[in-house]
Amino acid sequence: MRRIRLITVTIAAALLAAACGSSGTTGSGALTWWHNGTSDPLKSLWQSVADGYHAAHPDVTISIDPIQNEQFQTKVPLALQSDSPPGVYQQWGGGGEASQIKSGKVLDLTSAVSSWIGTLGKAAEGWQVDGKQYGVPFDLHVVGFWYRKDLFAKAQITTPPATMADFYADIDKLRAAGVTPVAIGSKDRWPDAFYWDYFAVRECSTDVVKQSIKAQKLDDPCWQKAGDDLTALLAKNPFQQGFLGTPAQQGAGSSAGMVANGQAAMELQGDWEPGTMAALTEDKDFASKLGWFPFPTIEGGAGDPGVTLGGGDGFSCTTVAPPSCPDFLKYIDGAEVQTKLAAAGIGLPVNPDAAGALKDPTLRQVFDFSRKATYIQTYFDIALPTNVGQALDDAIANFVAGKGTAASVAQSVGQAATGDK
Amino acid sequence: MIRRRLELVLLLGPALLLFVGFVLAPIVVAAYYSLYEWQGFGSLTDFVGIGNYRDVVTGAVFQGAVVHNVVIVVLSLVVQLPVSVALALLLNRKLRGRGALRLVVFAPYVLSEATTAVIWLLILQPGGFVDQALTFLGLHGAIRQWLADPKVVLLTLFVVITWKYIGFGIILLLAGLQGIPRELHEAAALDGASAWQATRSVVLPLLGPTIRIWIFLSVIGSLQVFDVVWIMTLGGPANASTTMATYLIDHGFKRYEFGYGSAVAVVLFIICFAFALLYQRFALRRDTEGALR
Repeated sequence: MRRIRLITVTIAAALLAAACGSSGTTGSGALTWWHNGTSDPLKSLWQSVADGYHAAHPDVTISIDPIQNEQFQTKVPLALQSDSPPGVYQQWGGGGEASQIKSGKVLDLTSAVSSWIGTLGKAAEGWQVDGKQYGVPFDLHVVGFWYRKDLFAKAQITTPPATMADFYADIDKLRAAGVTPVAIGSKDRWPDAFYWDYFAVRECSTDVVKQSIKAQKLDDPCWQKAGDDLTALLAKNPFQQGFLGTPAQQGAGSSAGMVANGQAAMELQGDWEPGTMAALTEDKDFASKLGWFPFPTIEGGAGDPGVTLGGGDGFSCTTVAPPSCPDFLKYIDGAEVQTKLAAAGIGLPVNPDAAGALKDPTLRQVFDFSRKATYIQTYFDIALPTNVGQALDDAIANFVAGKGTAASVAQSVGQAATGDK
Repeated sequence: MIRRRLELVLLLGPALLLFVGFVLAPIVVAAYYSLYEWQGFGSLTDFVGIGNYRDVVTGAVFQGAVVHNVVIVVLSLVVQLPVSVALALLLNRKLRGRGALRLVVFAPYVLSEATTAVIWLLILQPGGFVDQALTFLGLHGAIRQWLADPKVVLLTLFVVITWKYIGFGIILLLAGLQGIPRELHEAAALDGASAWQATRSVVLPLLGPTIRIWIFLSVIGSLQVFDVVWIMTLGGPANASTTMATYLIDHGFKRYEFGYGSAVAVVLFIICFAFALLYQRFALRRDTEGALR
C-alpha cells in the first residue's frame, strides 16, 4: 500500500515538475520571439532590442528565434494549433491575421495598447479585426515607382509623370531612347498585383474599396475598370522582354537587378526596393541615381488620388505570452527603437518621431508622402483572407499572361470567397 | 516458436513503427483532413464530405496539371528511354574515354534538384548561355522565351528534367548490360549475327527487366515532379507548367486551404498507387516472380 502511494506521489511530482517546466518557458517573464530578421542589419538590431528591453526589465528574458520569411507561412499555423506557440511573432495583419485569430491563441491587445496606438496614425488600422487590435506594426510600406534619373534624362524626361497620360508618353520617350521603360518580376505573381491594386484604388472610391474587401465581393463596375486599365497598360507593352519569367528580387536578372544595373528605367515596388537593389549591383553610386514618384492619377477615376497602396510588418502577442508582451511592443514602437530601425534603412518608421533618422532623402520623400496619404490601402492579397487574396493574385498573374478577362479578375475574389476553386 | 515471434517483433518492430508513424499515419490524417473545409486554424468543423474531391477533379487548373504530368510521362517514355538505351549501349562498348563519358553522363544526377534548377535558370535567362549559343550558331530565329512563353515552358522543363535524370537511367541500364553473360554474345557471333542482330535479339530482350524497372521509376517520378518546376517557374506563366505537386503546394501552403490541399494529395497518392499496383500486376510480375514468393 505504502509503495503504491509513494509511486503516486512520485508521478504527481514529476507531472507537476513537467507542468511547471513547460509553463516556465513561456509563462512568467520568458518571452519567445519569432521574427524574420535572419540576416543583418535586422538580425543584430532585433538582438539589441531584446537586450535593451531586458536591461530595463530584468525579470523579462527574451529568447529570439529568427525564421525565414517563407517559413512563417507553415510554422505559424502549426505553432498556433499547438500548446506552445511563441510569445510574440511576426504578423502582416489583414486577412491572414483574421484567420489566425480563429486558433484562439492570438491575444486581443485593444485595451493594452489604447493609450499609445493613436500615435502610429493610420498604419495600425491594418492590424485590426472587427475593431479590435490583434497586432501592432513596427514599420510601414508604401508602393510607388522607383526610377533611374539618368535614364529619364537620357529620354529627355524632366519631371516624373503625374497622370496616366504622362506615364504613357514617357514610356514612348524611353522606348524611343532605346531604354526598356518598366521592369517587372511577373514570375513571382505579386508584382503584377501591385498594378491591378493601384488601378483599383484609383478607379474605386475609398468607401467602395473598404466595403468590397469586407464583403469579399468586387461587383462595383469600378473593379472592371481597373482590369480595363491594366489591359490598356499591357497593350502599351511597357515591360522587358520575357517578363513573365523574370523573378522580382533574386539575382541581377531580376526586375530589381535590371533597374539597379540600368537595364530598365523604372519599377513599381515597395519602399524596401533600394535595399534590395543595392545588393544586386556593383554600382556603389546607384542610390543617388534613384528617384521615386507615386502611382500616377487616372483622369475620371472615382478613387481619391491621395490613396496609397502599402502595408507593413508587425507583431502579435499570443495568449501564452507573459503579461509584459504588450509593453514590449510599445518599446518597439517607441522613439528609441524606431529611430534605430529608420537609421538602419529597414523600413519607414510607424512612429513619426523617428522620421528624422531616415538618412536617404528619397526614402524621406516616400515617408512624407505616406504621412500625407488620405488612406493607406493594404495590398489586397494581405487585406483579404489568405486563400481569397492568393486567388486574386493568381487571377491577376494569369490575366497579365494573357489568360482571363478584366471581369474574371474581379470575379475571382467572390469565387474564392464562396469556396470555388 | 515464441522465440521466433520475439525475433520478428524485435527486428521488424522499429521499422514497422517508423513506417506506420511516418507513412501510414500521414496518409490517414490527410484523408481525414480532406473531408473538411479547413484553413489550418481552429478545430475541424466544416465537414464537406467529398466536396473537396469534386472541386479537385472538376477544377480546370488541376485538370491542366494532370495533362502536364501525363505529357511529361509520355515524353519520358518516348524520348528518354530510346536515348538512354542508345547511350548505355554505346558506353558499354570498349571505347576511348569511356570512363570520362560515363562520368559526364552521370554527373547531373549527383546535383540536387534545387541546384539543377538554379543552374538552368541562369542558362535559360533571356540573353543567357542558350540564347548566346543559338546566336553563335546562326540560329537566332530559334530563340524563345524559354520560361516565359506558355507554349514552350513545359518542353523547356522537360529538357531540364531529362538532363538531370538521364544519367540515372543510363547507369541503371549499364548495370543491366553488365549482367548479360558474355557467352551469349559469343554464341550470337558464332551464329553469324551482325552487331545489330545481336543487339536486337539478344541484348534488348535480356535488358527487359531493367527497362521495366526504369519505366516504373520514371512514371512515378514524372507524376510527382515538383522541385525543378517550383524553383524555375512556380507553375507559371498562367499555370502553363503547373503539375499536380505544385498545385498541391500552391493551394495547401500558399492559400492555406489545408483541407483542399489534402484532397489533392490523396488524389495524387491514389493515381500513383493505382499505377504502381497495375504495373506490378501486369508488367513487373514476371520479373519479380520467385523473388516475392
